Amino acid sequence: MKIIVLMKQVANKDAVLRISADEKWINEADVAQQTNESDGYALEEALRMKEAKGEGEVIVCSLGPQSAKTVIKDALARGADRAVHVVVDDSKTLSPYQIAAAIVDAIREENADLVFAGLQSDDSSFGQTGVILAELLGIPHATIVIEVDRSKLNGTVRLKRELESGWYQWFTYQTPALLTIQSGISQIRYASLKGIMAAKKKEIRDVAPTIADLAGKQTIQKVYLPLKTKQTQLLGNGDAKAGAVELVEKLKVEVRVI
Amino acid sequence: MILVFIEHKDCVLNKTSLEAVAAAQAIGKDLGLKATAVIPCGSGECTLAQEIAGYDLEKVIVAKSEKLGTYTPDGYADAWEQVIKATNPQYVVMSHTYQVRDFAPKVAARLGREVVGDVIRYRAEGGKLVLTRRIFLGKLDADVTVGGEAPYFVTFQSGSFRGENAAKGSAAVETMDVSVGDLRMTPEAPFQEAKASVDLTKSEIIVAVGRGIKSQENIAVAQQLADVLGADLAASRPICDNDWLPIDRQIGSSGQTVAPKVYIALGISGAIQHIVGMKNAGTIVAINKDAEAPIFDIADYGIVGDLFEAVPVMVEEIKKANG
Repeated sequence: MKIIVLMKQVANKDAVLRISADEKWINEADVAQQTNESDGYALEEALRMKEAKGEGEVIVCSLGPQSAKTVIKDALARGADRAVHVVVDDSKTLSPYQIAAAIVDAIREENADLVFAGLQSDDSSFGQTGVILAELLGIPHATIVIEVDRSKLNGTVRLKRELESGWYQWFTYQTPALLTIQSGISQIRYASLKGIMAAKKKEIRDVAPTIADLAGKQTIQKVYLPLKTKQTQLLGNGDAKAGAVELVEKLKVEVRVI
Repeated sequence: MILVFIEHKDCVLNKTSLEAVAAAQAIGKDLGLKATAVIPCGSGECTLAQEIAGYDLEKVIVAKSEKLGTYTPDGYADAWEQVIKATNPQYVVMSHTYQVRDFAPKVAARLGREVVGDVIRYRAEGGKLVLTRRIFLGKLDADVTVGGEAPYFVTFQSGSFRGENAAKGSAAVETMDVSVGDLRMTPEAPFQEAKASVDLTKSEIIVAVGRGIKSQENIAVAQQLADVLGADLAASRPICDNDWLPIDRQIGSSGQTVAPKVYIALGISGAIQHIVGMKNAGTIVAINKDAEAPIFDIADYGIVGDLFEAVPVMVEEIKKANG
């Protein structure tokens, strides 16, 4: 069984973001990077499926600049067998269809049984690269997957999708299929020292893609801080304890819940 | 024309579809286009069609195939492809629900296009739309344009338009038989994991904790505040994913949607998925170390600082006030 896991390097969740001079993105140079959260869960689920099956191969695929090697090496250290790096320096200007098409070119020949991706990225949040990729590969997809029945993996895969408001639904899919994985599907393992050492010998195949123009591409014209919908009263002026005293006063006098 | 998707389960309307109708009507007004609703439907009478026909729309198209009775991405993609090819819309407008996230990009991709997703507002410029979406987990807004020829696919975030603002009218209902190919997935019946034992939708005051609470032990800090306020305890998704609180305490798109009188967010950054579940609270209080956390954009009162300093002081002050 061969599983490809799509992983993306994104700005750290807690990073302070500064808008770039051209107002089309952020200054990435001064921001710490990390693996996109749901992609980490996608890798974990792939590793667990391989373990449950007792055989197979987990291949990590990332599209991005050379710095994305950090994400790839971390995935190899956690247990992925090898990697495909679609090297694109200026990946932030690509739209989801372009990204999906470039990845399809790089992985089509692998003929994977399953392709896993995170639900959406924490930077662009297109939430559709995986779905488009499945369509281009000609395979079915399921989004927002929160559980995979690892006991049933023979030409089909049974998976649980999250619906809204606490509802769920099981589906059985023909394979090959693409699944987008929801954060929290399982506990993510840490890389062991042994894993880190072993990762150094694992193959990373660099691919230089041809990025096709797309007429219907979506393009960011301007990035800016969200317009505030409310006037926030900031209390305490940086002193949390003083703020707490003021807040209780407000809850008593203005909101009247105390 | 503009096509607008009506989502339903067994002919029970998903209310966010009325928001999509309101969005399509607004765009139609700005661009001089009429909106037509599309209802995918299995066998039998579509009881929803008459209800939707009561809105100001050019038409209601019931896209019919026996394979559309239960939602599948393959079935919906086939149906939508045919409806779009038969009607040549300028825009296809949908609410950014979990179901739409599942099939809309597939439909767009078949036509060589993509979806501008989770849009929060738009403006019309030179006969086309500039669409605003949140990026970087809500920390920044981006104005986005789409190139090429129509159709353009847009999904709107829940709450971007008000369903009750959808203009009433009278539309003709038309049935379109669509052919759906082989479905490569077999659905089982949807179910609720565990019947929510806690109904937070009735809460007057909610104290909610997020990632900033750091450990399960620290939830006691928030519990003390909830106790003195007579509030219910709730959480953002990461807390429930870690089993620090049960899932029936989760607020947001995958949990409960609440509108209490007061919502106190402790160490919650305010990702979109959380905000859609609580933004209609009467008063929103946020305590967070990160001054740039998006939760402050919707907060009425904010403390930028350590919740572990602020909350114990609040507990003492409230006790004093309560006598």
